[in-house]
Amino acid sequence: MTVLGSRILAGLFGVALAPLAELRAGEIPFAELRSGSELMSPDTRAMQDADSANPGMLWVIEGEALWNAKAGAANLACADCHGAAELAMRGVAARHPAFDAKRNQAVNLAGSIEWCRVERQKAPALTAEGPEALALEAYVARQSRGLSIASTDAALRPLIESGRELYLRRQGQLDLSCAHCHTENWGRKLAGLALSQGHPNGYPLYRLEWQSFGSLERRLRNCLTGMRAEPYPAGASEYLALEAYLKWRAHGMPMESPAVRP
Amino acid sequence: MTARVIITAPTKAKKGEIVTVTTLLAHVMENGFRHSSTGVPIPRDIVTEFVARYNGAEILRASLYPAIAANPYFAFEFVAEESGILDFSWMGDNGFAASRQIAINVE
Repeated sequence: MTVLGSRILAGLFGVALAPLAELRAGEIPFAELRSGSELMSPDTRAMQDADSANPGMLWVIEGEALWNAKAGAANLACADCHGAAELAMRGVAARHPAFDAKRNQAVNLAGSIEWCRVERQKAPALTAEGPEALALEAYVARQSRGLSIASTDAALRPLIESGRELYLRRQGQLDLSCAHCHTENWGRKLAGLALSQGHPNGYPLYRLEWQSFGSLERRLRNCLTGMRAEPYPAGASEYLALEAYLKWRAHGMPMESPAVRP
Repeated sequence: MTARVIITAPTKAKKGEIVTVTTLLAHVMENGFRHSSTGVPIPRDIVTEFVARYNGAEILRASLYPAIAANPYFAFEFVAEESGILDFSWMGDNGFAASRQIAINVE
């Protein structure tokens, strides 16, 4: 297909800027994108779909309380500035990581929440990946459920490219790249479970293996350990680059946060 | 912090109708068999008992053990004969106690 042809095709599908077809050479074609929820058991899927049974909702209700609780020297709640999360936070998780022009850097959702907390509420940052930070992120991400991931920011291109480079890099004692499992062998079994395509559309999520709720970064650390590679340090820029790339790669897929995964 | 609980049950039911109730409680259910990364045993911390009462009469009692997953979920049914208060309580290690009440209006 010509570059022009793919641009027109991308335009027809409402796909702007970033995920142009020519950039997707070597990626899983749009028509074959499968969420992890399509590859897990019907029981786990049912658990995710019922708010009464999805343990992630326990973090969402805590996040809702935090959203409405005043904090910091400014004595402001998230709701005091943003209003109702159902409106103000709709789609926000689907477009993160985002490029913050004011600070001239990319941020993920957890980073945006932390910035608001420190700069606006004048409160100490929540412990990264601690229960409160995860709860707020869960509540905000819940407002994007069912909305399509939108990775269209041209300013994120360099970060996405460095994420792709990490994704394709062989690492660890097993000498594997992310792509060996999640692009080339998705759907096949590894230790009894189907290999996913590695999409970030359900995070933060409840993982049955963890018996708890966790972030995408935690999941990436698990994968690195599984490859017998040393995980990047907590909060390292590599995680943000991988997240930006994975979101770009999953452009158009519906968000499922808070998802449940095996 | 008060325990986080998600309960689903109808607020209204017809007399004689079978009512489905679900409860989801936030709890780590630490089984007592694990060790920390430095080799120190992590003490057991589980919910040991769940009781549901309708207008004071016990309609469900369950004992929980270390093999039960974190954030225990219960789903059960009962026949609604009269309006009343459905009372749930959970008890566990280290003095853990949580309770919730909901009203069901039977017409």
